[in-house]
Amino acid sequence: MSRAGTIAARVAQIVPTFLLIGVVVFVLARLLPGDPVSALLGDRATDEAVDRLRAQIGLDAPLWTQFVLFIENAVRGDFGNSIAYRVPVMRLIGERLPVTLMLTGLATLLALLMAVPLALVSATSAGRWPDYLIRAVFQVGLSSPIFYVGLIMLTVFAAELRWFPVGGYGTGILDHVYHLILPAAALALSFSAVIMRNLRAALLDVLQAEFVDFAIAKGLRRRVILLRHVLRNAGISTVALVGLHVGSLLGGAVITESVFAVPGVGRLMIDSIFARDYPVIQALTLVLAVLVSLAFLVTDLLQLWLDPRIAR
Amino acid sequence: MARPEDRALRLPSPLLAGIVILLFLLSCAVAPGLVAPYDPLAFDYGALQQPPSGLHPFGTDQFGRDMLSRTIAAATIDLQIALFATIVPLVVGTLIGLLVGYYGGWPDIVFGRLVDLVVTFPFLVLVIAIVAVLGPGLGNMYIAISVIGWVFYARLIRGEVLVLRGHDYVSAARVLGYSDGRILLRHILPNAARPVLVYWMTDMSLAILLGSSLGYLGLGAQPPAAEWGVLIADGKNLFTQAWWISVFPGFAIVLCGVGFSLVGDGLADLLDVKR
Repeated sequence: MSRAGTIAARVAQIVPTFLLIGVVVFVLARLLPGDPVSALLGDRATDEAVDRLRAQIGLDAPLWTQFVLFIENAVRGDFGNSIAYRVPVMRLIGERLPVTLMLTGLATLLALLMAVPLALVSATSAGRWPDYLIRAVFQVGLSSPIFYVGLIMLTVFAAELRWFPVGGYGTGILDHVYHLILPAAALALSFSAVIMRNLRAALLDVLQAEFVDFAIAKGLRRRVILLRHVLRNAGISTVALVGLHVGSLLGGAVITESVFAVPGVGRLMIDSIFARDYPVIQALTLVLAVLVSLAFLVTDLLQLWLDPRIAR
Repeated sequence: MARPEDRALRLPSPLLAGIVILLFLLSCAVAPGLVAPYDPLAFDYGALQQPPSGLHPFGTDQFGRDMLSRTIAAATIDLQIALFATIVPLVVGTLIGLLVGYYGGWPDIVFGRLVDLVVTFPFLVLVIAIVAVLGPGLGNMYIAISVIGWVFYARLIRGEVLVLRGHDYVSAARVLGYSDGRILLRHILPNAARPVLVYWMTDMSLAILLGSSLGYLGLGAQPPAAEWGVLIADGKNLFTQAWWISVFPGFAIVLCGVGFSLVGDGLADLLDVKR
């Protein structure tokens, strides 16, 4: 298949994925306890009023019709109103999603900044003490829950030392970054451990390749070989890894935002569960799944661009 | 070349360290009363919020309860989480993975789509959404994790079966007229099980991370049940005055995670599983 064909096929795959996500969220929504009608009208509504509203929202229609309506509304971004906030769900999510995206973006950046240099040191000193030390530290990082790391960071760096704000989001882009650095660092710790582990293994593989011996024989400098040839080849798997972990990063953001009182979609999700705000839970599950599938698409395309061999 | 028995006798030291850690935690979980110095629930108004000392190595909480004893007692629930959140996915996933891998056909295609679908939902978000449907609590958390978790085991074992299915010894077994059940359980499963065993170790440490996170958020184990995440949440408002209440239960989570990882990595080396 031609390269353009591969790309087109991959992009087209997203449509059935979106539809299946819609099915899962629709089924989940039907399973949710509590009828949306009684949630809207309260317990003291007359049977007549309940029936009228049921017909109005289309709840008396066959399941199939309801599903088509649900998908149509989802495509238009209409998920009804939040029960707790009494505003359109999409507006709530729209306000908070940029916060979460910034948090996860910052966390990815920090994770790479920690993991890549240390993976290089670790792989080039494999079997000696720097390697053991780095792996031991990352092993502890991998085993530390985000809420625990976050709680300690929050107390030490924000409450005690007062280097960072205790929570919130601030105003203006620089202030946002300042507010999100600490939560992003907490979120980045275990992610950087995953990246470092994977990249170290990939680097060790590439270091054994013949072209590395050839480059050494040619008299290229060690640093040039390492950065331009070895890291570039091993890095392709890191790109894939980051893409595959967008989901767990968003899941981690749910916890991070709760610990640091960051006003993102993760905190909204937890608040909505305790408030039994089902329209919000439903819409968030859908939006986050769509985000992850888009991240998978971007990852695949990026890999195709970095390594044209994959297309064939 | 060393015979397998020889290799098994000389356990590498990281694996040994992992086994020792897990055995220690397991003894805490099975018989907390024998390991803990105090009754984890006994209030001591003479020793409220004491910092760590020789008498109370992990300090005491705002009611004078000994934190070392509470942390040890919590091992019971957390190791239960490791087991109960993974055992159904392990068994069900292994069976389904064996079947779709061996027989192929339309169930395999459906399974493939299911995998694609499950990985697009952030695991924690989906678990939280299911817990929202069922209500907070440990039992519902197990259900939520099991509903999704089996897919990862099935995907892993399906991949192994696809490779093993083409091996000569499987064809030979078929030619000998062995039943499919016998081939699957006696010939394919023992070989396909190795990577699953290694993944199970990782999964148990992930289950404890997830379980304690949900406990901390109030969606998992419910107080007064002693669970490490719940203990950490108990102390979070007192953190600046009495850091030890939250910090030491966290040590237990990290220790447990390291234990499972060391055993998992050690088994991977020992069983020659490429990850």
